[in-house]
Amino acid sequence: MVRGRLGRRSLLKALGAAAVGISVGGLDGCGPGTGRGRAGGEAPRLNVYNWDTYIGRTTLADFRAATGVDVNMSLFATNDELFAKLRAGNPGFDVIVPSDEFVQRMIAADMLEPLDHARIPNFRNVAPGFQDAGFDPGRRYSMPYTWLATGIGYRKSRVDGVPDSWKWLFDSDRYKDRIALISESADVIRLGAKYLGHPIRGVTPELCRQVEQMLIRQKPNIRVFHDDNGQDLLLQGEVDVVMEYNGDIAQVMRSDPDLDFVIPREGSLLNSDCLAIPKGAPRPGNAHAFINYLLDARAGAEISRTILYPTPNAAARALMPASYRDDPVIFPPQAELARCEYGVYEGARTQQMFEEAMTRIRAA
Amino acid sequence: MERSWGRAKGAFAAVFAPPALFLLAFFLVPMGIVWAFSFGENAGLTAIAVTGTLDNYARALSPLYLGILWKSAWIAALTTLGCLVLGLPAAVAIAFARGRAKAWLLVLVMLPFWTNLLIRTYALIAVLREEGLANQTLKGLWSLLAWALAGAGLHPPPFRALELLHNNTAVVIGLVYVHLPFMVLPIYASLERMDRSLLEASLDLGAGPWRALWDVALPLAMPGIASGVLITFVPAAGDFLTPDLLGGTRSQMIANVIERQFKRANDWPFGAALSFLLMYLTFAAVAGRALMAGRKAARR
Repeated sequence: MVRGRLGRRSLLKALGAAAVGISVGGLDGCGPGTGRGRAGGEAPRLNVYNWDTYIGRTTLADFRAATGVDVNMSLFATNDELFAKLRAGNPGFDVIVPSDEFVQRMIAADMLEPLDHARIPNFRNVAPGFQDAGFDPGRRYSMPYTWLATGIGYRKSRVDGVPDSWKWLFDSDRYKDRIALISESADVIRLGAKYLGHPIRGVTPELCRQVEQMLIRQKPNIRVFHDDNGQDLLLQGEVDVVMEYNGDIAQVMRSDPDLDFVIPREGSLLNSDCLAIPKGAPRPGNAHAFINYLLDARAGAEISRTILYPTPNAAARALMPASYRDDPVIFPPQAELARCEYGVYEGARTQQMFEEAMTRIRAA
Repeated sequence: MERSWGRAKGAFAAVFAPPALFLLAFFLVPMGIVWAFSFGENAGLTAIAVTGTLDNYARALSPLYLGILWKSAWIAALTTLGCLVLGLPAAVAIAFARGRAKAWLLVLVMLPFWTNLLIRTYALIAVLREEGLANQTLKGLWSLLAWALAGAGLHPPPFRALELLHNNTAVVIGLVYVHLPFMVLPIYASLERMDRSLLEASLDLGAGPWRALWDVALPLAMPGIASGVLITFVPAAGDFLTPDLLGGTRSQMIANVIERQFKRANDWPFGAALSFLLMYLTFAAVAGRALMAGRKAARR
């Protein structure tokens, strides 16, 4: 298995990416007069906690050249890991990259610092659709970095037509033993509800039970609950239809033209990864400068070129080649997106309800 | 006059204090905190209130979780059996090998430890997966056979890949692979300590080599076998990485559930209760074994 690129949520996660700190550049480069981006006499350093393969190739070096601030980047693999790490107090991170529902959760737990919009003028580059968000009204705590849509990745030569319904994953033996679902309990249960014609938000215990019954019936047909490595399973021929994020499938499609991605006609779940400053960040001035820099058009384009995830940055997208801008997997058509919703964190009780339903499904 | 070194108080304390402090600070205190959590409730997203509630244990003792625990015990038992079947002959072979060969064989047993567990598990995935090494080899053999049979006018059906990965068999294979050294080494150690003259005596008195092994060496190796069984079974029952990576939809073990409580479910009190339930059962098993060993010793 030779792959040019690993998904942000794939192999390194398992390898304990969190333990790896990547430091770019030494401290020698910051002579006098390079402190443009600094604020409040902060030391020219910044600790960023990010997903793996989720930054531009030259972004950190470019930022240092522009501001003299040295970025030390540590990696996490799941939102849960990020949350668990900050749960007992901020160990020194200035900028973190939580997904939408975790932004909401961390706001609720008073773990995020409000952003000073005056220090983030590049916010104007963000596409209007992302300038406000249900999980963070007025973008008081978070800036959009990328977004993702959950859908079905599939092997064209092994399916009939386009498997454009959740039915093929949740409620059919057509692809018996060739199906992989993501092991994120909230996503599976809520998309099950979506398939049954209900909105993603406000799943009741009765509906949850109904989805659980459906998935227990479907279980003999499912090969595996994957841990965000669905794109690898698809690429290796282990399964033919898989529940995955569009960015992950877009990455493997470059090495195997027999793969494709579709957002089911019932609609799906959107995610958005955001930039935020955790409470207790030692260098909030540098953190604001860094967030502002990532929202710059050229810097944003450099990031998109490397990671191939959809960008919410309109100015950056305009600088990208058509092969990225018009890729229907990276940027699904508006009609498809209109059927999708963002998830909402509905409290610990709901989360535990989803979790226990999944435990029962797996134990059945 | 014989004097016990352990009686030299100053020296004993100097040697004993650092590990004792280490045990206290990095094992007993953290475990105590988690134990306290198991009697707590979630008081918000990040706070836990230790209220002395038994709700977590009540939930952990519900049929759902007991069933998962039972399944984990089964998988661990199969793993232990597999390790014993493979490990016992290996230990015997190493114990009776000569000089350099013995050293090399021991190195071979230890060799897997030089590689990270995760890398080894991924290697196993590469072997077992549908287009992996095992299936490719079988496919090659099959086509060779088909070619030979075609000469005789027979046409066997085309090769169908075996599903070796993502099922409980794969989990047991993976667990046996990981835990085998823990079975081989204690058995080897007990065979190594055995008084060889006993074997020679049994041979002199007319026992065949198999009989000598079965009736003399094996009973003497029993303590090693027992500790091998214990240190294979306990970690296998609590493994979560192997079922996660090699298992399918039916391979959920108790440690997978515990891991999810601490991460996805963000329900530390319940996760703590499940962990300690596993721990209480382990303690019970170890205590039971010690009791049995004690009785046996008393009877002699």
